[in-house]
Amino acid sequence: MELTVGAVQFFWKPEFWAQFHADLADAPVDRVVLGELVCSKRLPFYQDLIPEAVATLQAAGKEVVLTSLALITLRRERKLMAELAEMGVEIEINDLTALAYLPEGTAFSVGPLVNAYNEGTLAWLAARGATRISLPPELPLGSIRVLAQAAKALGVQIEVWGHGRLPLAISGRCYHSRLYGRPKDNCQYACEEDPDGRPVETLDQQPFLAINGVQTLSDTHACTLNQIDALRDAGVAALRLSPQSQRFADLCRIYRAMLEGSVAPEAAIAQLTALTPEVRLSDGFIDGARGVAWSVESTA
Amino acid sequence: MEIVCPAGTPAALRAAVKAGAHTVYCGFADETNARNFPGLNFDRDEMRDSIAFAHDHGAKVLIAINTYPRAGDEALWHRAVADAAKCRADAVILADIGLLAFAHQNFPELRRHLSVQAAAANADIVNFYGRTFGVKRVVLPRVLTVPEIAAINAETEVETEVFVFGGLCVMAEGRCSLSSYATGKSPNMNGVCSPASHVEYHEQDGQLDARLGGYTIHRVGKGEPAPYPTLCKGCFSAGSKTGHLFEDPVSLNAEALMPQLQKAGVTALKIEGRQRSVSYVSQVVRNFRAAVDALDAGRAMPEGMLVRLSEGQANTTGAYRKTWR
Repeated sequence: MELTVGAVQFFWKPEFWAQFHADLADAPVDRVVLGELVCSKRLPFYQDLIPEAVATLQAAGKEVVLTSLALITLRRERKLMAELAEMGVEIEINDLTALAYLPEGTAFSVGPLVNAYNEGTLAWLAARGATRISLPPELPLGSIRVLAQAAKALGVQIEVWGHGRLPLAISGRCYHSRLYGRPKDNCQYACEEDPDGRPVETLDQQPFLAINGVQTLSDTHACTLNQIDALRDAGVAALRLSPQSQRFADLCRIYRAMLEGSVAPEAAIAQLTALTPEVRLSDGFIDGARGVAWSVESTA
Repeated sequence: MEIVCPAGTPAALRAAVKAGAHTVYCGFADETNARNFPGLNFDRDEMRDSIAFAHDHGAKVLIAINTYPRAGDEALWHRAVADAAKCRADAVILADIGLLAFAHQNFPELRRHLSVQAAAANADIVNFYGRTFGVKRVVLPRVLTVPEIAAINAETEVETEVFVFGGLCVMAEGRCSLSSYATGKSPNMNGVCSPASHVEYHEQDGQLDARLGGYTIHRVGKGEPAPYPTLCKGCFSAGSKTGHLFEDPVSLNAEALMPQLQKAGVTALKIEGRQRSVSYVSQVVRNFRAAVDALDAGRAMPEGMLVRLSEGQANTTGAYRKTWR
């Protein structure tokens, strides 16, 4: 199985963003998706850094892919998509709108925020040029298996959400702005204060979600270390690791060791927990009763 | 403008038609539709008879088949499309591109609308659905302002339909898995959101907690009305702030914006609420029909007629006004 690093979901300071991508050149990953996924207002702050990051990663032998926005509404966002399609780098669509700008016959990837739930959609996307589909994170193992088998016949690679806070929803409304009582147009980039999202608790102080501008994420970090054999057996070609601001390179190394079989799941999970002890894990979308469930806890 | 009214049961459909609905939308009693609630929706015979009743009264019926077919079980959704054609539905409302491709190929004469669950939010994607799958109408997601809706209509021949009344999604529709994260049941896969099967009320120390999937997201004093714990309208804390971080427990009422929506080139106004009672449906439909008729005749619209019927008595015009964002 391959490791893909997903697009950064958060708003990071430009120098941090640049360093993160420069460091990925040395990380044991195969593919890197970069660009702005969540909010078009963030892009001008680091847009100029993208070509250099692409060049550095390509020189290091990584496959490099540019993401579309997850929700395209404004004219300027549509123009951005048109420009993206002309950059000569493979595109990962995360809103079907991006297809309107990809000439028929252009190969592309499909990101986790496009609703690819079944064989019919898979076949249609493959016929349109999709070569890799990163499945919606809420899909259970049964669906993953059916889709991975169908994809094989179509020459499409299936990727699943491997690690990181789950992207649960996208909205027209900015929750960081709302938190500060500001209109979205005058958000003052409040989301920049939370490089891994702003934690949201229930009324019983249970950690539950995380706010990231117009996006809502899970509090738990999805983790597939305990699912790798099942996913490999299902025919999954790649795992997606979603960037986090702390200890990401170490995280990539743990997953790589796991894929190479040089460490057992229990030991890998113990290493991960030692790395970021404050993080809660989940893998319930894959085989639990609900997304937040964690297979290790329930079997303990 | 056409009004498109909800019907969760044959009785509600008849009531909506009698109250003046131009069009009624409904679904089969299974997971193919996004209001897959116990006791709701139509079996095949009821659907056929209800459509005949509507047609006899000059009304149209649209069948929502707007969940995302489950891998390995697509036949259930394909059968729903075939049966919609057999029942002589005026259109099907679809969200999944695989299902759109299936309907386009196998039932080209069956009119196709794009469900709000596909969240098509700009003119490029609206035209894409029109061109690729012969979609004749798109139900726009509740993330757009009125000027943005006008701009879409200026760039497309595809008809647009917008929600004007009832429950309100805060997230882009069909792109939210908050519910399956907390309960295992999702709108896209199961046709339910924040399902009643996962709701618990817990009373302690004079307080009533409402929980969904074990998460306490509402707390009221004893005797106060407790809103239904829908995830995106729950009460949460982030740092020092506690409140309705995503949305207040409000429902959509855009009746005051109807003249602007008409000017924006909208073809049809949609009322949410297939889970609502017959009397609710009749009253809302009657009021909206009167408002549309007044608008079409150039008369002033009756004001504030629907406020009493709203969830929790609080209303919003949602994303239609830019300040909502």
